[in-house]
Amino acid sequence: MTGTGPPVAAVRKAAGRLVTLGPGFGFLTVFLLVPLALVLSYTVFRRGRFGGVVHEPTGENFTRLADPLYLDVVFGSVKLAVITTLLALLLGYPTAYMIAKLPAKWKVIALVAVVLPFWTNFLIRTYAWIVLLNSEGMLNSGLKALGLGPVELLYTDGAIVAGLLYAYLPLMILPLYSAIERLDPSLREASANLGARPARTFWSVTLPLSLPGVLTGCVFVFVPSLGNFVIPELLGGGRRIMVGNLIRDQFLKARDWPFGSVLALAVIAVLVLLLFAQAWAARRAGRDA
Amino acid sequence: MTLISIDGVSRRFGQVTALDTVSLDIRQGEFFALLGPSGCGKTTLLRILAGFEQPDDGKVLLDGEDLLAVPPHRRPVNLMFQSYALFPHMSVEKNVAYGLERERLPRQEIRDRVGGVLETVGLAAQARRRPHELSGGQRQRVALARAIVKRPRLLLLDEPLSALDKKVRAEMQLELKRLQNEVGITFVVVTHDQEEAMSLADRIAVMRGGRVEQVDAPVDLYERPRTPFVADFVGANNLFEGRVTGKGLEVDELGVLPAPPSRPGEGAGLAEGSRALLAIRPERIRLTPLTRSDEEPGEHGGGLTGEVVDVSFYGGTSHVALSVPGHEGHVLAATQGPARVDVGVRVALSWAAGDATLLQV
Repeated sequence: MTGTGPPVAAVRKAAGRLVTLGPGFGFLTVFLLVPLALVLSYTVFRRGRFGGVVHEPTGENFTRLADPLYLDVVFGSVKLAVITTLLALLLGYPTAYMIAKLPAKWKVIALVAVVLPFWTNFLIRTYAWIVLLNSEGMLNSGLKALGLGPVELLYTDGAIVAGLLYAYLPLMILPLYSAIERLDPSLREASANLGARPARTFWSVTLPLSLPGVLTGCVFVFVPSLGNFVIPELLGGGRRIMVGNLIRDQFLKARDWPFGSVLALAVIAVLVLLLFAQAWAARRAGRDA
Repeated sequence: MTLISIDGVSRRFGQVTALDTVSLDIRQGEFFALLGPSGCGKTTLLRILAGFEQPDDGKVLLDGEDLLAVPPHRRPVNLMFQSYALFPHMSVEKNVAYGLERERLPRQEIRDRVGGVLETVGLAAQARRRPHELSGGQRQRVALARAIVKRPRLLLLDEPLSALDKKVRAEMQLELKRLQNEVGITFVVVTHDQEEAMSLADRIAVMRGGRVEQVDAPVDLYERPRTPFVADFVGANNLFEGRVTGKGLEVDELGVLPAPPSRPGEGAGLAEGSRALLAIRPERIRLTPLTRSDEEPGEHGGGLTGEVVDVSFYGGTSHVALSVPGHEGHVLAATQGPARVDVGVRVALSWAAGDATLLQV
């Protein structure tokens, strides 16, 4: 009797874990880990003539990455993603701060407003930007009326950044909001009570304590911005190639799967580094909280 | 000398009146307590003094000058928060230095004063720790150090000891008093704990429902409560409601209880025949065990008899709960040392007329 008790409990516990974790893990294994492993393995083989790979080991896919032509694309993409992330932070922080200070009823309304664009199809929203920005578009008609236009807005880096910013700003606002909202209001009061002006309180208390939210928001915006290929195509007019476009072209147009895999791997490496940095900073901040 | 003069201050939050024309004078150098149950407005008053709230009506003067016109960060008033509100991302010394840095004092002076105050609160060895590495008592000391290092005219303490366990609490009470003597700053402490207020403060304002019920020294508050609420809230008390007669207070079903004669000029409403509340402290009640021959009701001083239903021994004192026929709830008596009566014993209750207090109802 006494011997059968614990094993039964252990089996039950294991079964419980399998039921709760199993479906999610299974899905991720089949559709994320296996494809990822395939992509990794492609990097060391020669390309097949009509796509796919020939199983002959080679290192030339990696040496090709060092070609300035491709490095420029990678760095250019990183630059646009960084600009987008910084602008999202500059716009998102004040917004999140104000929402966090609203009365409870208005908070909900404001948060719904922030995520509302997600209810419309991403492509449709991006096309709307073309209507806004083209030479006969609303912005240029306005500029013309003022005698300032038309200005070339569409098919510029600026248009790409505007599109990325528009698409991912909510992903900056939401984590910032939750970080700021969580701050004990008495900390700001204590700062004022000790003689700090509002600006000093912000720099010395509010901002440092909301840093984990800042980092999360930056990762949330940077990651999809870096890999995006639809917005550069539609709003950049194909003049600016981002690394996402390059990867897609390698697989679908150039049929160079190994090199596409190397590029994908490079993007993944950048993102993993970033996630490590974010986790490290969040742990540091979490220790203090 | 008056340091803070609060004059007719009111504050409403929607339908709720948190403060209702409160007027108080707080003297330079005194240890003042705002005492009352939660929701009595004491915290709102504290937040008005700190500048986190503005009253709807009334004036607050500090040294005769309008305090309400001064923004919070310029007031010579520091607050020790109930939650301590220590900055989690700064070390102990950084927390304490924060207020001095805002005054743009020379580095050396900041270092000296921070070192000095940490020495005072006994945390010099923990200067480089973060708040989360400290115990509750230590955090409380940091909060205190951070508030006093600025040498404010007025130090506000919001439920300063509520988060501490009993032993640390008693220790900190002594320390707070010693500190107050040492630095000579005016202290205003907000608390719902009447024992804490009694042991710390020079004067106490008892608040209820946004109003000040009574302002007095602890001993006066205890011995001469002026309202039924104060009599009930401050310390344990036994209350009897009845009608004033020449001999005492006549209570339905209990007879005439010993009460002080209404003195002329005091309590105009306490004329013979008016309704009044008699308050008698547990330690003023004498208990005399009844023998069988006393079983019939007779004259036993007060004329009350009851049965002991519970005896609790607290070391220095014992509390005896009695049921008295005709009185709702228990009557509480306190004796020095162990009680000399047992549960189930019938006793006579008596007290000197002068020990009781009559209150207008």
